[in-house]
Amino acid sequence: MTDLARIRNVAIIAHIDHGKSTLADRLIERCGGLQKREMTSQVLDSMELERERGITIKAQTVRLAYRGSDGSDHVVNLVDTPGHVDFSYEVSRSLAACEGSLLVVDATQGVEAQTLANAYQAVDHDHEIVPVLNKMDLASAEPDRVKQQIEDVIGIDASGALEVSAKTGQGIETVLDALIARLPPPAGDADAPLTALLVDSWYDPYLGVVILVRVVHGRLTPRTKIRMMASGAEHEVERVGVFTPKKTLVDSLGPGEIGFITAAIKDVADCEVGDTITAVRRPAAEALPGFRPSVPVVFCGLFPVDSNDYERLRESLAKLRLNDSSFHYDAESSPALGFGFRCGFLGLLHLEIVQERLEREFGLDLVATAPSVVYRVTLTDGQELSLHNPADMPDPSRIRRIDEPWIHATILVPDEHLGGVLALCEEKRGEQLDLTYAGNRAMVIYRLPLNEVVFDFYDRLKSVSRGYASFDYRLEDYLESDLVKLAIMINGEPVDALALIAHRSQAERRGRALCVRLKELIPRQLFKIAIQAAIGGKIIARETVSPLRKDVLAKCYGGDVTRKRKLLEKQKKGKKRMRQIGNVEIPQEAFLAALKMGES
Amino acid sequence: MTGEPEPSSAGAQQALALYVHWPFCLSKCPYCDFNSHVRESVDQARWRGALLRELDHFAALLPRATVNSIFFGGGTPSLMPPETAAAVIDGAAARWTLATDAEITLEANPTSTEAARLEDFRTAGVNRVSLGVQALDDDALKFLGRGHDVAEARQAVALAQRIMPRSSFDLIYARPGQTVGAWRDELSEALSFADNHLSLYQLTIEKGTPFWRQARDGAFALPDDDTGRALYDLTQEIMEAAGFAAYEVSNHGRGGDACRHNLAYWRYDDYVGIGPGAHGRIAPAGEGRQATRQHAAPESWLAAVERAGHGTAETRSLDPDEQAREMLMMGLRLAEGVSEARLKGRTGCEPDRVLDRDGLTRLVEAGYLERRDGRLRATAAGRPLLNSLLIELLV
Repeated sequence: MTDLARIRNVAIIAHIDHGKSTLADRLIERCGGLQKREMTSQVLDSMELERERGITIKAQTVRLAYRGSDGSDHVVNLVDTPGHVDFSYEVSRSLAACEGSLLVVDATQGVEAQTLANAYQAVDHDHEIVPVLNKMDLASAEPDRVKQQIEDVIGIDASGALEVSAKTGQGIETVLDALIARLPPPAGDADAPLTALLVDSWYDPYLGVVILVRVVHGRLTPRTKIRMMASGAEHEVERVGVFTPKKTLVDSLGPGEIGFITAAIKDVADCEVGDTITAVRRPAAEALPGFRPSVPVVFCGLFPVDSNDYERLRESLAKLRLNDSSFHYDAESSPALGFGFRCGFLGLLHLEIVQERLEREFGLDLVATAPSVVYRVTLTDGQELSLHNPADMPDPSRIRRIDEPWIHATILVPDEHLGGVLALCEEKRGEQLDLTYAGNRAMVIYRLPLNEVVFDFYDRLKSVSRGYASFDYRLEDYLESDLVKLAIMINGEPVDALALIAHRSQAERRGRALCVRLKELIPRQLFKIAIQAAIGGKIIARETVSPLRKDVLAKCYGGDVTRKRKLLEKQKKGKKRMRQIGNVEIPQEAFLAALKMGES
Repeated sequence: MTGEPEPSSAGAQQALALYVHWPFCLSKCPYCDFNSHVRESVDQARWRGALLRELDHFAALLPRATVNSIFFGGGTPSLMPPETAAAVIDGAAARWTLATDAEITLEANPTSTEAARLEDFRTAGVNRVSLGVQALDDDALKFLGRGHDVAEARQAVALAQRIMPRSSFDLIYARPGQTVGAWRDELSEALSFADNHLSLYQLTIEKGTPFWRQARDGAFALPDDDTGRALYDLTQEIMEAAGFAAYEVSNHGRGGDACRHNLAYWRYDDYVGIGPGAHGRIAPAGEGRQATRQHAAPESWLAAVERAGHGTAETRSLDPDEQAREMLMMGLRLAEGVSEARLKGRTGCEPDRVLDRDGLTRLVEAGYLERRDGRLRATAAGRPLLNSLLIELLV
């Protein structure tokens, strides 16, 4: 146990790519947590994918010993937070474990949407915020302008902002000194009943589930019988330790301390982020505030390209879920795509990450259907349904109303691209709530239907702003909406994998665009192919792929019949990889590309 | 056109076609992916000796055969000394029975130097020549990398027609930028001086050729499929009007003329292939049908023959299903199609074993394929789509 007055708990928050993880590395190195040779770049991003994409998915923490320039010894717990909007709840739990935040801002870029969203969250947690201007080694750094921006846009005092370069190590000491001087030590009662925040959890093949905790009151020691207050799960603690960043066992964790425990837990689902851990023997009367069960927001179908991979996909999903209880999956079958799984995610990035891990770590070839949000459908008999698969859409005559989720979106964009961003938001049925300027940057707040955002919003936003817009959102509420199912038919047969739910005002245009795109993607075949889009039985668009005109070897002399036969067999194999809809073969690429389609 | 042979009964003389590959060219044409090579010099006596030794080898495997056709292909076999052709023809006659009406074809370039030797080839026993005219447009000939011009080619054709009992020439159409009108004129001109046979190929880009790289890099583009098809349809129309039957996808004959040797391939008769890279389909006594493949590199082939008496790189037994698929692949190129009884007789495979029933039904319903009177044939609408047909049709 450490003396409370000597502890400082700090979260690092930043917009993506502003150098958060590199800064963490420098701080670890400075405190001697690792020898230089042990430092791999961005130690705290442990997953390969995290490192590659520069995104932290799991909250990571490290306990550092620091002797200040005044000679005082302190323990600094550094918590690196997930860096993407999909994980804002996880960020909030990391913040709840700390008394202050390092707000890292790229001195060449300035404030971006996630800087803002994260800073507001830190303010909501009553954090002492230490602004850090990173990348000061670059010639294009503009510290004064960025400080002004922090004050104007976020509304916090930036006069004490530190100027550092995580890359060169410039100013690293000032960061540590500022933490000691400005952050309040944690408060807590070691003799009160155990109350600890479950910050994050992950699966370790040797230890079982590893739980990252922040002790608020009481003490966590090995052999303590603990209970998760929300899930009700009970386990006996096996190990208690801290990350230095190496796992190091300790006798106990007391108030204000951040560390890990293991308790021979097999299933991460028992360990929900934000839950309160207490002792079975003398439980806390009240759980810590702010727990929210994780609910998938975006769904899509994942199908193996090769139907023989179905079992492998199931096993791989199970393995991934060991480490990530925030995604859900259920078996699903589709006439077009065969057997697969309907999966739910925290957001689009989360979806992409899971899909990529399945393809990369497990070597699976997947087809993903169009992402869908969760609609609330009220039937005429009063029954309510949650709907996220267009195939499950009831007949319109049975539907009384459909509600769809809306988000509160914050977009920061340089002046010259504002027009494009506004046009995009309007096209996506957005309602403008606010528009302000800070220097030459505009900040727009919109209410947007989430289904428009999961469709192609990110790509479009990137292209209309040439990559300069940053975006953050939070889910707001459900509102009634005029939604219809857009069905796609190939030679009269509905293709479930291509169906989608759209707002009536968008459905026709989207249907026409989808037909045109499919026409480009489906190769000519022996027979004519009709591609149709329909809304409630009414055909609203039609395209025709005319039959193949020429496909024969001009010159075929005896010579090498074998080669020709093999060529034919190869083509035949290629055909098997296509999906058969009636007598039409649709290449996998057609599904993928059609689903990714951007509207122009 | 010669009639289809009946299934041969055991012990009878085997019917055989003989292919002789001469792998050398003066230069490589940019579209060609055949086994052709440019060499400074060729030891003609060694090559002649090696070809005869391969004849010995195959004659030992197939002692009782009647050779109905010999085809000298390449490469550029018209660069071969006529004495070599004579030696091979006489050699075949000495080892097997050479049919009295055997068709003996030589592929030749229509250059004046090669045309000048046609008389000697005729004396050697060649009775049919197939000239690689390729185009009646000097710019197109340059593009195709040919060593002759139109005037020279026409003289060569005229000479061949005087010297040889039968002759044919090739044209390549659907060239980059070629319009329907230009092809109509070119083909009509060709008909004005053609003998009774023409081979008319659409230009195809084969992987690994200079044309393939150029097309990939956008140096030129072939006509799209719709134009290609329009050119094909026009070809059928013009040739039919001129009395030439399209007996195969790219081959047209008047008054029953057809290349008997090539018909042997398309009808899946047995053939022996000698020379570098030659392929064969043979059925030695006591064994099933085999696919043979000779070493492709000229020097490796020569060394192998001199060492082992043959240059066979691979001999592979073909099971009845494989044979049936090959026979259908080849036979459906012909207007006459494939006789199901003959398919069963030659391969031992029931046709339905290799036919996809649903695919067959769809193709027949669509009018691409006919199955009647004991024959399976691709219709005029189906033949230009034969690859797709076969993928749909064969199991």
